[in-house]
Amino acid sequence: MSRFQSTAKTYIRPMSGWWLKNPYFIRYMIREGSAVFLTLYALVLLAGLACLAWSPEAYAAWRGLLDTPLSLGFHVIALLLVAYHSLTWFQVMPKTAPKLPFDPRLIVRGGLAASAGLSLLILVLLWWVTR
Amino acid sequence: MPDATTRTIEIECFRYDPETDAKPRFQRYQVPFTDDMSVLQGLQYIKDHLDGSLTFRWSCRMAICGSCGKMINGVPQLSCHSFLRDYYPRRVRVEPLNHFPVIRDLVIDQSGFLDHLETVKPYLIPKEEQPLAAGPQRQTPLQMDRYYQYSQCINCLLCYSACPQFGLNPDFTGPAALALLHRYNADSRDQGWSARREVTNAEEGVWSCTLVGYCSEVCPKGVDPAHAINQNKVNSTLDYFGILKFLLPRGDAK
Amino acid sequence: MKGSNEPVFWSLFGAGGVLSALIGPVLILITGIAVPLGFLLPEDTLSHANVLAFVQHPLGKLALLTVIALFLFHGCHRMLHSLHDLGFRTGTRAAFGFYGFATLGTVMTALLLLIW
Ligand code: SF4
Ligand code: FES
Repeated sequence: MSRFQSTAKTYIRPMSGWWLKNPYFIRYMIREGSAVFLTLYALVLLAGLACLAWSPEAYAAWRGLLDTPLSLGFHVIALLLVAYHSLTWFQVMPKTAPKLPFDPRLIVRGGLAASAGLSLLILVLLWWVTR
Repeated sequence: MPDATTRTIEIECFRYDPETDAKPRFQRYQVPFTDDMSVLQGLQYIKDHLDGSLTFRWSCRMAICGSCGKMINGVPQLSCHSFLRDYYPRRVRVEPLNHFPVIRDLVIDQSGFLDHLETVKPYLIPKEEQPLAAGPQRQTPLQMDRYYQYSQCINCLLCYSACPQFGLNPDFTGPAALALLHRYNADSRDQGWSARREVTNAEEGVWSCTLVGYCSEVCPKGVDPAHAINQNKVNSTLDYFGILKFLLPRGDAK
Repeated sequence: MKGSNEPVFWSLFGAGGVLSALIGPVLILITGIAVPLGFLLPEDTLSHANVLAFVQHPLGKLALLTVIALFLFHGCHRMLHSLHDLGFRTGTRAAFGFYGFATLGTVMTALLLLIW
């Protein structure tokens, strides 16, 4: 198939464990690993919704589970990983945009500022309506 | 302050002889060096004074021919463009570029890349052939700016060695070839999106990329192949949903 | 070479990526840490009455469906590619599994929200 393939006998190096061999790849795998926790978090919300539909007692049980150390531990890890996802997402965002006439770091800063602003807005709104 | 005194550094080389070795091995050499010596010059010292059998590629010694790429302490680099003084007193470990088959010692088989390069049709594909009599086709600085960076590639393959997706799947067209694909798509004299669309839109085209981003990090020419590929994920998506044809500013050769 | 259907899933992945990058951390902070600990927000923020009122409001429904569906599609897309990164062969069957799971979660959420 290859027009250029040499006839020489070659040695092909294995790929196993490639992600541990460079700090850049370790960070990449942490970024990708955030997806596991984001998915689990979506399922936690879905479970809450299902319990709410089932009965007030079921909902109380779900709400009670959120207070357990296991749940708190999970959410702390999820928070850290998803925050890391957020940072990296804005960092690579300029790569999907056409060539920009301004410094691409503005996109990174803009994204992070938007994230911080929206977060604050949600917190204040929630505090306001449930007060 | 340049320092002309000679120090000695240990260089550890990946060795593989297809005729005698079933597996590669590592060999260490004590190499005297001065402050101005590149890793490539260290290898040349070994070949000239210590072990004539060590095999490696090089040509220009000035970071322009793209033939001297090696893994240096695990990082893909041009060996003529990295300096022994920066590693001293630690040992320098030199291996052939990752993700390519090894022919001998530090020499890799780039034929897989050449096949990919050919598929992206890295030449201008105009809608209508321009007769020579029409004279030069002028471009504005802005038009040139759209592709110039992507035309700086020297085919050194550092980006392929930086790309785990190419290592996991050698059928992936890969960073440099896709950067060149974009270099022509982005040229105001080219209308070849359709001629290159199959390669772009394939699983082995832009869709094998997961934006690890290390390719752009190691590129010695600032080509930013990750940028070229990921812009074209957007284009490929617009093409998939049938929107792109309305957006191609210069029409299409097919 | 065969054209890829990746554009569909990549678009959903991208939408989920933007949404979770913008508000993922604060949502996890609120429902998983702040309210259970009663820190920043009172513990009864997620009381039965409050949450019921939220899912009864059309905007509440829309918000929940968007968050759950897009987080699932984003997460499943990345996990599928991570399996490939880890050296597993991921063909059509694996893709079916992961995207099927995200679709199922989305449909379940939508059906549950129809109750109110
Ligand atoms: S894109 Fe950069 S790293 Fe890749 S082959 Fe071209 S010059 Fe080398
Ligand atoms: S020898 Fe030409 S690039 Fe290094």
